[in-house]
Amino acid sequence: MPAPATPATCRDCDARPGEGAIICPACGSRRILRHAELFALAIAHVDCDAFYASVEKRENPDLLARPVIVGGGRRGVVSAACYVARLSGVRSAMPMFKALKLCPDAVVIRPNMSKYAAVARQVRRAMEALTPLVLPLSIDEAVMDLSGTEALHGAPPAVMLARFARGIERDLGITVSVGLASNRLLAKIAADRDKPRGFAVIGRAEAAGLLSGEPVTLLPGIGPAAARALERAGLTRLGQLGALSPAEALRRLGSHGPALARMARGEDDRPVDPERETKSISAETTFASDLAARAALERALWPLCEKLALRLKEKELAAAGVVLKLKTADFALRTRAARLSAPTRVADTLFAAVRPLLAREADGGTAFRLIGIGAQPLAPIAEADRGDLADPDAPRRARMQDAMDRLRSRFGKAVIGKGRAWRPGDAGRPAGAPQPARADEEEEEEED
Amino acid sequence: MKFTVERAALLKALAHVQNVVERRNTIPILANVQIAVREGALTLAATDMDIAINEAVPAQASRNGATTAPAHTLYDIVRRLPEGAAIEFDFPGGDAQLSLRAGRFSTSLNCLPVDDFPAMAEGNLTHRFGLPANELRGLIDRTRFAISTEETRYYLNGIYLHAAESGGVALLRAVATDGHRLARVELPLPDGAKGMPGVIVPRKTVNELRKLIEETSDPVEIALSDTKIKLAFGGVALTSKLIDGTFPDYERVIPKENDRVLRVPNRAFSDAVGRVAAISSEKTRAIKLSLSKGHLVLSASSPDQGQATEEVDDLSYDAQPLEIGFNHRYLLDVTDQVQGETVELRFADGAAPTTVQDAGDASALFVLMPMRV
Repeated sequence: MPAPATPATCRDCDARPGEGAIICPACGSRRILRHAELFALAIAHVDCDAFYASVEKRENPDLLARPVIVGGGRRGVVSAACYVARLSGVRSAMPMFKALKLCPDAVVIRPNMSKYAAVARQVRRAMEALTPLVLPLSIDEAVMDLSGTEALHGAPPAVMLARFARGIERDLGITVSVGLASNRLLAKIAADRDKPRGFAVIGRAEAAGLLSGEPVTLLPGIGPAAARALERAGLTRLGQLGALSPAEALRRLGSHGPALARMARGEDDRPVDPERETKSISAETTFASDLAARAALERALWPLCEKLALRLKEKELAAAGVVLKLKTADFALRTRAARLSAPTRVADTLFAAVRPLLAREADGGTAFRLIGIGAQPLAPIAEADRGDLADPDAPRRARMQDAMDRLRSRFGKAVIGKGRAWRPGDAGRPAGAPQPARADEEEEEEED
Repeated sequence: MKFTVERAALLKALAHVQNVVERRNTIPILANVQIAVREGALTLAATDMDIAINEAVPAQASRNGATTAPAHTLYDIVRRLPEGAAIEFDFPGGDAQLSLRAGRFSTSLNCLPVDDFPAMAEGNLTHRFGLPANELRGLIDRTRFAISTEETRYYLNGIYLHAAESGGVALLRAVATDGHRLARVELPLPDGAKGMPGVIVPRKTVNELRKLIEETSDPVEIALSDTKIKLAFGGVALTSKLIDGTFPDYERVIPKENDRVLRVPNRAFSDAVGRVAAISSEKTRAIKLSLSKGHLVLSASSPDQGQATEEVDDLSYDAQPLEIGFNHRYLLDVTDQVQGETVELRFADGAAPTTVQDAGDASALFVLMPMRV
C-alpha cells in the first residue's frame, strides 16, 4: 500500500494536487502548498503587504510600477513603503528625508487614515467570516484562530485561508501574506518568511529545528538591549536559548527566562483572544515646524489630551498614569511618566498631570518635532474621577466633560471648547479645530 | 580668615547645615559649606537653592575672611576629632587651601571661592511673628504625616500655613493633605501674623526645621512673604522658598454635620486596629468598622492570610448602625496624633469623609476618606 500523500492544496483553485505535482493539474498554478501538517494547523497570522502604499496603488494604477512612499510630508516619517521603494532600502518608520535620499524619485503620498481604516475594516470582516477569534494587532495585521472551523466551512483552515487571500486580492485589490502554524509565535514568524503575497507554513515537528539557528532577536520583545543582555549570557541563537532547562533559564536570565526558553523552542500558549485588554492608549502629533516654546508645546498638547480623554471614554477606561512623549529635532525620543493620585478620564486632569512633566523638558532651548500623551497604566472607568479630599471637584469635571461630549456629538466638535484652546487672534476659529501647526496626527493603541 | 572653635559647637552647627546639602550635586559649590568670619563672628551657611541655612557659631576669631569647603567631608572630619578638641582654621585667602588643625591632626582642604556661593535673596518679608518652639513642634508633628509625595499635585507637597478665623477667633492654621487624609491644626493667631498670605512650606523645609527645633526651647521668629519664609532661633536662620501653587479649598471637604459620634479609648482602639490590620491584605490595607448602639467590631480579611476580628469595649456610640472601611495605616497615622485618652470619630455614612479628633483637644482635626470594603 502506498504511503499517504503529503497534504497539499493549490492556493489559486483549492484543488488538492497529488504527491510530487509542481503544477496544479486543475488550474496550472505553481502556487501549491504542501506540508505534512498542512491540514492540522489552525493559527494564522495575516499581514497586509505594504498596506497604505497598496491601497494608494490600487486607486491609481499609474503608480503600480513606481516607488510609492506613504508618509507625513518632508518632515514626517515613512508610514509605508511599497515593495518597489523597498528595493532602494526604504523602510517604514524611516525619516522621510532619509527615505527620499535613498529613493529620490519616489512618489510621496500623504496618509489618508480614514481611507485605510475603511479598507482594514473590510479585511477584518472577511476574517470574521472565517472565525470569531480574530485579534487585530494593528491596522494591517491580525492573528486568527481557526480551530474547529473545518466542519463549518467544509474545508481545513489552510484551504479557507488561501481562499480568503484570493478574495482580498479580488475584492479589495491589495495582497496579504499568511503564516499558518500551531501557535501565534510561529504563525507570525511564518508570515514574515514569505512576503509579499506569501503563504508559509511551520509545523509543530519542524519548529524547534527551524528556529534553532535564528538570532534571538526573532522573538517578539527581544530588542537590541535584551539581545545584548542575552549575548553577555552567551546566548545569540534561539537554539542555545531553547536548550536551557527551566531552572537554568531562571537562574541565568531571571523571571522571564523560562518563558523565553519556551518561546525559543517555538512554544507559545498565548490565546487568540479578541477581548484582550488594551494596555495603553495614546495620541500624538508631529509639528509642521519644530517647537521650543513651552506655551506653543502646551497648545499642541491640549487637543491631544481631549482626544485621549475621548478615546478613554470610548474604551471605558481611565488613565492611572500619564506618559509624555517628546521627540527632539534630532530625533531623540524622551518619555516622561507620572503616576496619578487617582485614575481619570478627564482632559483637564490629564493636561494638569502632564503639564509639569512638559515644563521640565521644555527649557525653551530644545526644539521638538513631536509631542504625544499616553494613558498608562489603565484603570477601569468606574474608578475614575471619584474625587478626594484634595480634589473634591473631580466628579464635577467629569460631568462637565460629559456634557461637552454630548454637545459635540450632536452639533460637531466646534460647538464648544475650553478657553485654553483659543488664542488671541483666533477669533472665529473653532476650538479644537485642527491647529495649523499640525502636520499629521495619529492615535495609537497598543495591545500587548 | 583665622579662628579657633570648640569641636562640640562646630559639630552641632555642621550637623545642621550639612543636612541641607544634597548628597548628590550637579553644581559643585552646593556641596560646600560657607565659612565666614565677619566682624569677629563666625557663621556657617549652606544651601540647595531652595533652602538656605545660616548658623552663628561661638569662636575666637583673629582675622576676618570667608571661603567654602566640602560640607560632608568637613562634617566627617570634625565628627571624628576627639571630644573637647579645639580646632584652628586658617584660610589665607585667594586660591589657597583651608587648613584645619586639632592637636596633632591637620588637613588642607580644597576650597571654592566664596564669591561663587549662591546667596538666597530673602526679598521683602512682609509679616513677622513669633511662636514658642513647642507649639511649632506640635503644629508640624500633627500635620506633616499627611503631606503628599505625589509629584503631579506639587501644591500638596507641603504644609499650608495661613491665617483663618473661626467663630470670631483669629487663628493660625497648618493644613496638610494627600487626598486620602487631611490634618488641620490651629493656634491662636500670633501678633504680626494678621493678614499674612497663605503659604505652602515645602516638605524638605518642614523636615529640616523640625530637626533644628528638636531640642530648643527658644521662641522661633517667623518672617514670611508670599514667596519666602524665614525661621530663626538661637543663632540659626533657615530661609526657604515656598511652593508656588494654590492649596485646595480644604474647608469644603471638612464635614460639619457628621452626627454619628463614636467615642472610644484611643489606646485600646489603636492597639486593636493594629492587631486586626496585621491580617489585612497588603494591597488594600483595608479594615472594617462595624458599629451599632454601644458596639464596635473591627474586622479585616485577606485572600492570602485569612480573617481577624475584635470587639472594642468601653465606647459610646448611640446612632444608627454603620459599616465603614479605612486604610488602617491612615487610621493609625491619625490616632497616633491624639494625645488624650479618648478619640472621637464622627461619621455621616459609610462612603463619606469621617472626622477624627482628640475628644479633649479641639486644636487638631483630622479627616479620613473611607474606602469600600
